[in-house]
Amino acid sequence: MIDIENVTRQFGRTTAVDHASLRVGAGESIALWGANGAGKTTLIRCVIGLLRHSGRITVGGHDVLREGKSARMLIGYVPQEIGFYDDLGVGESVSFFARLKGLSQAQTKDALEGVGLAMHADKRIRELSGGMKQRLALAIALLGDPPILVLDEVTASLDAVGREEFVSLLERLSGAGRTMLFASHRIDEVAALAGRVALMENGRIATVLSCRDFVMQQGNGAVLHLTVAPSMVGRAIESLRIEGFTPRVNGVGVLVPVGIEQKAAPFRVLADARIRVDDFEIVSAGRAELLSTEAAGDPFSSKNPVAMELAS
Amino acid sequence: MSSPVLATRPVDTRRKPPSALRNTLTIARRELRDAVRSRWFILYTLAFATLGLAVSFVSAAGAGGTGLSGFGRTTAGLINLVLLVVPLMALTAGAATVASDRERGMLAYLLAQPISRFELLLGKYIGLAGALLACLTLGLGACALILAWKGLRTSPGSLLWLSGLSFTLALGMLSVGMLISVLARRASVAVGTAIFCWLALVFVSDLALMAGAVAMRMRIETLFAVSMFNPLQVFKMWSLHAIDASIDVLGPAGLYANEEYGNALHAMFATSLAAWALIPLALSAVVFSRRSPL
Repeated sequence: MIDIENVTRQFGRTTAVDHASLRVGAGESIALWGANGAGKTTLIRCVIGLLRHSGRITVGGHDVLREGKSARMLIGYVPQEIGFYDDLGVGESVSFFARLKGLSQAQTKDALEGVGLAMHADKRIRELSGGMKQRLALAIALLGDPPILVLDEVTASLDAVGREEFVSLLERLSGAGRTMLFASHRIDEVAALAGRVALMENGRIATVLSCRDFVMQQGNGAVLHLTVAPSMVGRAIESLRIEGFTPRVNGVGVLVPVGIEQKAAPFRVLADARIRVDDFEIVSAGRAELLSTEAAGDPFSSKNPVAMELAS
Repeated sequence: MSSPVLATRPVDTRRKPPSALRNTLTIARRELRDAVRSRWFILYTLAFATLGLAVSFVSAAGAGGTGLSGFGRTTAGLINLVLLVVPLMALTAGAATVASDRERGMLAYLLAQPISRFELLLGKYIGLAGALLACLTLGLGACALILAWKGLRTSPGSLLWLSGLSFTLALGMLSVGMLISVLARRASVAVGTAIFCWLALVFVSDLALMAGAVAMRMRIETLFAVSMFNPLQVFKMWSLHAIDASIDVLGPAGLYANEEYGNALHAMFATSLAAWALIPLALSAVVFSRRSPL
């Protein structure tokens, strides 16, 4: 369904995607996994045909650069965040995108119902919460019942409840035989949705694992919650990333997904970097997510100074 | 959440995307509706109508509805108003359109749908052109109605010519605005650049032409040729030529143009303004097709 052959995309001197190749079969669900900057979003944008690239990507046999319209006709796309026109009504927005997909008004009536937004059809978009906007984006992506869904960290800006609802909706979609390619930072999400996982590092697809192997490798859902001095959080994250971990900032420390026989490794990395660990806890992936949101703020929020510093 | 859209269906990879015409009209309709609802449209229309009325009243009070040379002071006053307001309106509207969509992430989202970049750009152009036409029609129409109601004589033919030529000028300036918009990364930069262009076209080019004519002792044919490259000058000359059948009022350059080209001036002016509409739009399409929408 999606064939990515030797794709490279550069931004100036930076190679964001480096000779990536991947095949996503019909009805298959593949997750792109990797640290920030690994190239997941860039690869997804190449698949949509938004970014020019070398190599070749075909969707349903259509080259995304030469037959972009035909390729995108098969894809429903949900980005991490969308700057919808706030003054437009919800129903109005759906109708507009339906026309762009060549659908009649009658074919759009179920779209909002499918994602639980039917009762909000008359609202202005600015009146919707972040989670509702994401569901609206999913409703638009599902217009015309496309066989492929491409999702780019769609739950990153949602709270724990919104995320759970969204993932269960995606689970049903995946179960209905749709082909899915999605980027995610969350093990539980990958475990729920993916059949295989492509691990990306520095723009390359380092390896492709079955979801089971991936979850095993990532610690069967176990996450280390390390408490370090607030001033050391940035350095700790940096040091762990260099050693191949995918740490997340938590208001009072760092969350590090670890493999079964790797639980001591983050301690060694931090000791080498002369960063003292004041306390630690082994938590499940689900609890780790709660910790992420219970802390001073969502660790991925733009309000979190450490996250901002790391993002920059 | 119920899920009626989630049924499994056989995959048809040969689904036909919507036609270019349908996509272009979809974008144009939305752009037109957004523009008409926006504050800039209401403000520009009100300002244009109010200033137009003020100019008309002042001109008519000074020398009657129709002046000595036939085209009338009212129309002459409106020409100057159009020269100031319409380019500003069209340049800023064009400059904001693509850049603001890019800034909010909407441009990438739109292009993730089954639509080509050219269809999107052309749709935006047509939609904004429609909004500008509505603004001009409302502004000049309001002038004509109120002047007629007040019993002041105006020539409907002159107003129609003026409306048509104003719209042609607006199309050219809209193209320039869109070129700025596809080149700029941020909406504020695009609008700032558009305002700078407006200043350059309205004020600086006139001063530069005058200074050049004096300092370089420019020949009259050179002066006329250089004027043909400024869309505002072309609009002014064409308006006078169309309404008064002569551009002698412009002085030696006008006399020269009348004698040298006569009726061919219409075609020359039309070609110049058409070039201003088409060339920047074509350049915009080329740049837009090559640049990342992010």
